[in-house]
Amino acid sequence: MTQDVAAKHQAGVAARKAEMRAAQLAAGVEHLLEVKDLHVEFRMQDGVAKAINGVSFHLDERETLAILGESGSGKSVTAQAIMGILDTPPGYVTGGEVLFQGTDMLKMTYRERAKYRGPKISMIFQDALSSLNPVFPVGWQIAEMFRKHRGMNRSDAYAEAVRLMERVKIPAAKERVKAFPHQFSGGMRQRIMIAMAISLDPWVLIADEPTTALDVTVQAQIMDLLKELQEESGMGLILITHDLGVVASVADRIAVMYAGRLVETSAIGPLYAHPLHPYTKGLLESVPRLDQKGQELLAIGGLPPNLLRMPEGCPFNPRCRYAFDECRTGAPPPLREVEPGRFAACYVAGEV
Amino acid sequence: MAEVILKAEGLVKHYPIKSGVIQRTTGHVRAVEGVSFELYEGETLGVVGESGCGKSTLGRLLMRLEEPTAGKVTFNGVDMYSQTGHDMRRLRRDIQIVFQDPYTSLNPRKTVGDIIGEPFDIHPEVCPKSERNKRVRELLDLVGLSPEHINRYPHQFSGGQRQRIGVARGIALNPKVLICDEPVSALDVSVQAQVVNLLERLQRELGLAYIFIAHDLSVVRHISDRIAVMYLGHIVEIGDDEQIYERATHPYTQALLSAVPVPDPQVEATREQIVLTGDVPSPANPPSGCPFHTRCWKATEKCSAEVPQLVAHPDGGAGHLSACHYAATLG
Amino acid sequence: MTDNFPGGPVKGPFDPSSSANLADASRTARAEDPTEVPPDSAAVPLVKPTMAVMAEVVPDVQDVAEARSLWMDAWITMRRRPLFWISVALIAVFVLMAAFPQLFSPLDAYNIKDACDLNRARLGPDADAIFGYDLQGCDVYARTIYGARSSILVGIFTTLLATAIGVLLGTMGGFIGRWIDTLMSRTADIFFAIPLLLGGIIILYSFPSSPDTPYLLQVFKVVFAMAVLGWPNIFRIMRSSVMQVKPAEYVMAARALGGNAPHVIMGHIIPNAIAPVIVVATIDLGAYIATEATLSFLGIGLQNPIISWGIDISAASALGYVRQAPHMLIFPSIFLSLTVLAFIMLGEVVRDALDPKLK
Repeated sequence: MTQDVAAKHQAGVAARKAEMRAAQLAAGVEHLLEVKDLHVEFRMQDGVAKAINGVSFHLDERETLAILGESGSGKSVTAQAIMGILDTPPGYVTGGEVLFQGTDMLKMTYRERAKYRGPKISMIFQDALSSLNPVFPVGWQIAEMFRKHRGMNRSDAYAEAVRLMERVKIPAAKERVKAFPHQFSGGMRQRIMIAMAISLDPWVLIADEPTTALDVTVQAQIMDLLKELQEESGMGLILITHDLGVVASVADRIAVMYAGRLVETSAIGPLYAHPLHPYTKGLLESVPRLDQKGQELLAIGGLPPNLLRMPEGCPFNPRCRYAFDECRTGAPPPLREVEPGRFAACYVAGEV
Repeated sequence: MAEVILKAEGLVKHYPIKSGVIQRTTGHVRAVEGVSFELYEGETLGVVGESGCGKSTLGRLLMRLEEPTAGKVTFNGVDMYSQTGHDMRRLRRDIQIVFQDPYTSLNPRKTVGDIIGEPFDIHPEVCPKSERNKRVRELLDLVGLSPEHINRYPHQFSGGQRQRIGVARGIALNPKVLICDEPVSALDVSVQAQVVNLLERLQRELGLAYIFIAHDLSVVRHISDRIAVMYLGHIVEIGDDEQIYERATHPYTQALLSAVPVPDPQVEATREQIVLTGDVPSPANPPSGCPFHTRCWKATEKCSAEVPQLVAHPDGGAGHLSACHYAATLG
Repeated sequence: MTDNFPGGPVKGPFDPSSSANLADASRTARAEDPTEVPPDSAAVPLVKPTMAVMAEVVPDVQDVAEARSLWMDAWITMRRRPLFWISVALIAVFVLMAAFPQLFSPLDAYNIKDACDLNRARLGPDADAIFGYDLQGCDVYARTIYGARSSILVGIFTTLLATAIGVLLGTMGGFIGRWIDTLMSRTADIFFAIPLLLGGIIILYSFPSSPDTPYLLQVFKVVFAMAVLGWPNIFRIMRSSVMQVKPAEYVMAARALGGNAPHVIMGHIIPNAIAPVIVVATIDLGAYIATEATLSFLGIGLQNPIISWGIDISAASALGYVRQAPHMLIFPSIFLSLTVLAFIMLGEVVRDALDPKLK
C-alpha cells in the first residue's frame, strides 16, 4: 500500500519536473543552478573580511558537486549565500548572481526567496541536534513543511511525515513519528533532517558537512542514503566537506576552495590522480591513507590567511612551495582552463 | 623487545545513573568493561573506536583523572591507584596528557608562559623558578612556536598553534608516557598533518611512548605501532599495524575499516564496503554476550549468550588478540 | 626530520630577541631561489627549509600586535563606550563626595550651628543655599553632599561582604558538590526566599539602633542585615559558574599535572568563573544603596542625627511638605537615583564587555 503511494508520488514529481525542465530548455538556460562571480563580505568591528571573492560554478540535475575546503575557506558561506540564509549583518552579498533555472535569486524579494527554500533548494547541516527544534516531535517538524508550503491538514501532513521517515529508512517510523529529537541517535537525527530537506522534492540539495559529526560506520550509511535519494529523484547535490575521503566515493565534480576563492575545479578522477593546484596537491599529500602505511606526512606549512589581511597576489603564496615573484604581487591568479574541463587558479598549474 | 612501561589489567569504569528526587541509582553506564593491555617503552599504541566506546574514559583512567570501579594500572611495576599524596604527584611527572579541544584545554586567562610553566609551578623540583622562563622558551621552540610568544594569550593563536602549546605543556615534565586524546580531530586537515609530524618528531627525540586515542583510523594507522579497537567498553581486537589493517579477525574491525573512505576514486570504485546497520547500542543497556552481536552479520546464538574473551587465535600472529568466537574463521 | 633538529630543542641561529623567527627564515630562503628550495643552503646553516620543516614552522599570520589578556580585551571594549565613562565619572564624584565632603560644601552639615537656622526652615533655594533649606532650616545642599558617605559606605561594604560569602560558599558548593552543595544550596534558597527589604526590616527591627549608637555600628548593622540576605544571589551565580568551568579540559590538565585543589581553584576555577559575579555585584551595589535609603526612610536604618539621603527624603516627604517645599525632596532624591543608576549602568557595560555573547 505505502509502496504504491510512494511510487505514485514519485511519478507525480517526475512529471512536474519534466514540465519545468522543458520550460528551462526553451528559455535557453543551460544549468539547473549557476553561481556567477559571487562576492560576500563580513563587516566586523575590526574591518571587512572578504569571505568570498568571485566564486563561479554550476550544477546540473543528477550531478554531485563537492565543495572542498578548510574552515574559513568560505565553503559554508557560499552555501548560505545560495540559500539566502546569510546572517546580515555582518554578512553581505556584494556582487554576483545565483541563477536557479535562469532566475537570479539574489534579485528576489525576501518573500519570493522564501518560497524557493524547500521546493527548489534545501539544505542540511552538520549539527542535526541543534538544527531540530527540541520542543516539538520530529514528525510534527516534518509535517510543518507540508502544512506551510502545501497547506495540508494535520492528519495528511502526519501521514506524509511517516512516509518520509520511511523513505530515509528510520525503523519503526509510525511509532516514532511523535518522538522528540533527543530520543534519536546522531545518525537517526541526521536522517530526520534529510527527510525534512527532501520533503518538498527539491531540485537541489545542499549538504553542509552532513557526516562530520557522525561516527564512521554511520557516515557510510548517511552517504549511501543521500546517493540513493539522488538516484530516485534526480536532484542535484552540493556536498560541502573538508574530508577528501568522503568526496572521493560520491562526487562527480569537485571544486576546491581556499580563502574565499575557487582554486581548482575538476572531474573527480583526474583531480586525485594528478592535482593541478599546489594547495590541492598539498592537501592530498597531507592526509594519511588507511590503505597505506606511509612515511612522514608532507604537511602544508603555515595557516590559511586571515581574511581581514589577505596577502597580496595569490592567497596561497605564503604557504606555497612553488611560489615565485609573480605570485606575491598584484591580483590573485585567475581560474584558467589547464586541461580540458579542468580549471586551476595558479600560474604553474599542471607543471607542479 | 622493549620493556613494558604501562600495564592495564581488567579496568572497569561504571558511572551511576541517578534519577528521582532522592537521586537513587537506577542503573550504570558501563563506559569501560574490563580492559587490559600493555604499553611498551617508546611505542605508540593507537586506541580507536566510535563515540561512546569508552576510549576517552580509558584515557582518563590511565591518567587517574577518574577512579576506576575495578582493575589496576601499573606504571613501571608501581600500582598507580594505591599511590597517595607525594608519591602520586611524583608519578604524574611520568604520565601526561594532551587533550582534544585546543580551545578548551588552555586556560584563557593565562599567558602561554604560565600555561607551559604550570607543570614547573606544581613540580618545582624539575625546574627551579629562576630557570622557568628559559625552559618555557625552549619548549616553545621545540614544538615549533616562536619563543617571543611567551607573553601572549591562547586566543591569539590558531587551533593548530594552540594544540602545540598543549603538547608543550604535556612534555614539560619529561614524561615517559603521553596520552593523546583525539589530539588532531578538532584541527583542519592541512594542520592535522603538522601536529602529527610534531608528535612523531618528539617521540623520536624524547623517546616517549604514546597512547593515541582517536576515531580517525587513517591517522591512527599512520602514527601507531600497535592498535587496540574498542567497542562498547571492550577491546575487541588488538595487534600491530599490519595485523589490524590487513588481517583483521574481528567483524567490527573489518566493518570499521571498510567504512573509512579512501581519498582515491579508483580505489573507492573497486573497494568492497561492509555497511553496518543500526547504531551503537547504549552503554547504559549493553547487549548480552558479545557486545557487537546486535550489528554483526555473522552472529550466531552463541554470540548473544557467551561473552567472547580477548585471546590469540591459532593462525593469528604473535600478539594479535581478538574477542570473537569465530575469529579463526574470519581472518 | 630529526636531522633538522639535532639533539632536541632547536638552539637556532636566530636570536630569540631579534624579530626573525624560523618562519621568516624559511621564507627568505625561498625568496632567494624562487623555483626550488635550496637543498643544502649555506645561508641557513641549521634549519634546512625542506618541506617538512616549513610544515612545522608556523608563520605569524595571526600576529595581532602585543599580548592581550581577556581582561585587557574587556577594558578595550569598555573604554570605547561613552556609557562607561559617564558611569565611572558619576561614581568617582560620589566616592569623592563620600570621602571628602568638605571639597564640595564649605559648610559642615554636621555642625548644626553653622548649617542650620530655624528661621529659614523650608525656604526655597537662594544665593546662600542653592538647594534651599529643610525643616530645621539646615542647608539642603550641605546635607545632600554629606549624605553621600552613608550611601556609599553601606553600598560598598554590603557588596564586599555579600560577595565574599557568596564566592566562598559558591566555589565550595560548585567544586565539591555532593551533600555539601545540597546543604548550601538549600540554605541559600531559604535566604533567597526572603525579600531583601522585608528581611532587612525584620532584622533591623529586632536589633534597632538608637540615635546614640555610634555611626560605624549603625552602618554595620545595616550592612550586616543586607549582606545576610544578599549573598545567595552571588552564591547561585558563582556556583553555576564554577560548575561550568570545572569540567573544562584546562582544569583537567591541571589535575593531571598533580595540581592540588587550592591550586586548581585559585589558578583556574575562580579566574574563569568570577566574571558574572563582578557584573551582578556591581548592579547589586546600586540596589543595596537604594535599600539602605528605604530602610532609613522607614526609620529603622540609620538614625538621625546621621545624615543620609533616606532620612532626608523621609523627612521631606511628610504630609504636606511635598507640595509646599519640593526642593527638600527633590535634591536628595536626584543624588540617590544618580548613584544607583551609575552602578547599574556600570554593571551593564561590564557585562557587555566580559561576555560579548550576551549582546
